[in-house]
Amino acid sequence: MTKKLSMQEIILKLQQFWSSKGCMLMQAYDTEKGAGTMSPYTFLRAVGPEPWNAAYVEPSRRPADGRYGENPNRLYQHHQFQVIMKPSPENIQELYLDSLKELGINPIEHDIRFVEDNWENPSMGCAGVGWEIWLDGMEVTQFTYFQIVGGQEMNPVASEITYGLERLASYIQDVNNVFDLNWNDNVKYGDIFKEPEYEHSKYSFEESNQDMLLNMFDNFETEAKKQIANGLVHPAYDYVLKCSHTFNLLDARGAVSVTERAGYLSRIRKMARSIAKAFIKERAKRGFPLIKDDKKRKELLADYNKEEK
Amino acid sequence: MAHTFLLEVGLEEMPAHVVTPSIKQLVKRTKDYLKDQRIEFDDIKPFSTPRRLTIQITGLADKQEDIDESVKGPAKKIAQDDDGNWSKAAIGFTKGQGATTDDITFKEVKGTEYVFVEKHIDGKPVSEVLMGMKDVITSMTFPTLMKWNVYDLEFIRPIRWMVALLDDKVLPIKILDVTAGNVSRGHRFLGQYTTIESADNYEKTLHDQFVIVDADKRKKLIKDQIEQISKDNNWVVNINPSLLEEVNNLVEWPTAFYGNFDKKYLELPADVLITSMRDNQRFFYVQDQDKNILPYFISVRNGNKDYLENVAVGNEKVLTARLEDAMFFYKEDQSNDIDFYVNKLKKVSFHDKISTMYEKMQRVEVITQVLGKHVGLSDTELSDVKRAAQIYKFDLVTGMVGEFSELQGIMGEKYALLKGENKSVATAIREHYMPISANGDLPATKVGAVLAVADKFDSILTFFAAGMIPSGSNDPYALRRQANGIVRIVNNQKWNFNLENMMNSFIKSENEHEVAPSLDQTKEFNDIVGFINDRIIKVLKDDKLRHDIIDAISETKNHNILFIFEVANVLNQHKDDDEFKKSIEALTRVLRISNKQSFNNDDLNIDESLFEKDSEKKLYEKVSTISENYYQLGANAEFDKLMSLKDVINDYFDETMVMAKDDNIKNNHLRQMTIIANMINWFADLDKLIVK
Repeated sequence: MTKKLSMQEIILKLQQFWSSKGCMLMQAYDTEKGAGTMSPYTFLRAVGPEPWNAAYVEPSRRPADGRYGENPNRLYQHHQFQVIMKPSPENIQELYLDSLKELGINPIEHDIRFVEDNWENPSMGCAGVGWEIWLDGMEVTQFTYFQIVGGQEMNPVASEITYGLERLASYIQDVNNVFDLNWNDNVKYGDIFKEPEYEHSKYSFEESNQDMLLNMFDNFETEAKKQIANGLVHPAYDYVLKCSHTFNLLDARGAVSVTERAGYLSRIRKMARSIAKAFIKERAKRGFPLIKDDKKRKELLADYNKEEK
Repeated sequence: MAHTFLLEVGLEEMPAHVVTPSIKQLVKRTKDYLKDQRIEFDDIKPFSTPRRLTIQITGLADKQEDIDESVKGPAKKIAQDDDGNWSKAAIGFTKGQGATTDDITFKEVKGTEYVFVEKHIDGKPVSEVLMGMKDVITSMTFPTLMKWNVYDLEFIRPIRWMVALLDDKVLPIKILDVTAGNVSRGHRFLGQYTTIESADNYEKTLHDQFVIVDADKRKKLIKDQIEQISKDNNWVVNINPSLLEEVNNLVEWPTAFYGNFDKKYLELPADVLITSMRDNQRFFYVQDQDKNILPYFISVRNGNKDYLENVAVGNEKVLTARLEDAMFFYKEDQSNDIDFYVNKLKKVSFHDKISTMYEKMQRVEVITQVLGKHVGLSDTELSDVKRAAQIYKFDLVTGMVGEFSELQGIMGEKYALLKGENKSVATAIREHYMPISANGDLPATKVGAVLAVADKFDSILTFFAAGMIPSGSNDPYALRRQANGIVRIVNNQKWNFNLENMMNSFIKSENEHEVAPSLDQTKEFNDIVGFINDRIIKVLKDDKLRHDIIDAISETKNHNILFIFEVANVLNQHKDDDEFKKSIEALTRVLRISNKQSFNNDDLNIDESLFEKDSEKKLYEKVSTISENYYQLGANAEFDKLMSLKDVINDYFDETMVMAKDDNIKNNHLRQMTIIANMINWFADLDKLIVK
């Protein structure tokens, strides 16, 4: 048996694989977020007619999932490997399975299943259809055909593959506790993340300043709306991400009831929708430059302009 | 010669629950299509797996039946002039039929000769008709739809390949970028692409590629494998049919296996173990002969026996992680007392326009005492329901319910017992969610029933007061379900109360205890009464009661849930009695005439000295007797009393001119009629009954 892949080797292999399939390798986006989907490299780029193929690692923060670094599987922050391809390739499932082989997971030796899981992110006005992928009963990947993003219907449709890197690595390295994972040959996952896991959990569940967070939410919202009005899509989107993370912190603190949730989520959703729309508009102003076929590009521009009138 | 047609639609993995209904749908649509197209066939055999919907049609005719018909045209005298020249009408007619005047024959219809054209349409060959299966496939409907790539078609999952063979000939049906051929795909990992030589060779060819395409055979195989494992180990496995159905549609080549987990997790409540195994992992749980859960599970792999130990170990690891999580919550939750969680509820909002969850519990506590006293709970029961109401939502903020929300109430009961609450209190905590569905089980204990009804009343009162009233299909807080729960429980428990009075008592008591929300809970009373009445009507409709009986109670002025149910029931029981029709007619007559004039309740004294006929006196005496305590008697006794008036009413009408000339006499009559009418109207709108 060959040496078990470390976390960073898994990342390198996936990057290499998807890069060879035509994906741009992007870097993690620098604003807190709950999932790789919320990176502008997915959320914004998924909408509109332009093609987009990208892969990147996204550290994702979920305050409510924090367990003080004590739970072997739950984390305040985990790492996603995100692959977004638009339009969705015909052989996307096969590509995914090939990527597992690259990681030394031979399907013949395991039980790999595509189990229905229709993904929804109501706060971002997103919905998609797809599966969670089970590796011997463990969900290691979320596979989604986006149908609506930021309230915009997809055309063309993007496929999104989100690997849960810690889960996958636990499987590959055969460890029961995420903190025992080898990040590289010398340093363990726990050496890096155990302390921040504890501190962030402590902060999110016990120490966060609710009044401050509530104020911040309102301020971020005001700023986001203002910048949407200014047509500054990217700065506005950063503030939406901040709203979302602030809400997650409040939620972890138990400060938000089921019914209030709906109110906050709808505030975020409204902003996400107008940003998705504004993004397409800005791309249209630039002439949808990522469409390389000039005739097609002009057609789509004409279609867009017609619909806007 | 009879033909066989094979059509396989190859898809990315469909949702398990969609597979069986979809193949049924395809068979039905195909049958309808072939019938519409006049193509004879013997049978359509369905095959389905997560990745394919296939039909095999046997005994297909060569072509559509030919059509021979005589088409009638104009009368002969219009079609031909005296010289035998064809008129414009005749020529036009034949053209329209794709014929010429040479094709015209004459036939007599009712003594007149008409032009006829004998038409013969050759049936299309079956291969041509089957190309139309494209539309049969694309017109299928599914519970969720998706688009992919750049296409507009909405389908359950992307179509990746198709096989269409008429005997051994490919029919190149094309949908989007996929053209049907004779190449199918085997099992994702064990099989290869494979050529289907002919349409009748499908099942065997795919079997060689590790796909069992016959869903029934696959299901039987899974069942046999599970039974074998449980037999070998002397286990009892309850093969849940819906889980079996789901698992069957997750695999193309099933191999059952078992795994185990550490005994220490058996400490967890059975509901938690079962939810973790069945709902989260699609495992079958295992019991011993005495129905104790054992630390094993059975699962089904989509593959063969090779490397099965890898799969088992992997699944064990996943389950262990889940159970470890549950165990953590279970222990952690128990490390705090109930007060700790109750205090947490002070920060959990019930609804931001209403109150916190804690304040809701305070209101419900007050309501349980008012309701409990009214329905005759014993002192012990009253104190149990009080205690239950003080804590009943506490499990919402425990870790376990946070993780497994479907265990709300169930964990509340368990934790309450562990923390030393008595059984009646614990049971009430679980039962307060009941009924969970429109026809779901009702609370079995009185204490649980009072808590359930109190909780639901509070939700309805406060949501209505805050202006969040369901309309149309918009009922985000499931208030209709709550009202349905109230009416079913009240009817089941035989609780007798007037809605407005009861709700007023709730609110009064809330005010006295200073727990009322800062909302005007009385302003929507009328709407609430109507809202609850609508649920009663719905329940009666579901019970298939005659619509006129439902009409008779639907606008009742007597807002008492139990009473309304009892009226509907007593009318339903007696609707076919011999005397029923005549009694209703007599009473209806009273109602009609009483409408002539209305009197206030304090203006209903009858002056016996004005009586002219004996029948007046008899009616008066009879009514006086039955009206004693009438309004407290309940529906059954009131019904009997009303029915007993038939003869005296009829005698009265035989002898009495109600609208007498003398105003005093007339009003005396009408007062008598009004007294009876009031009694009837209190009972039901009997004039809405249809008595033929």
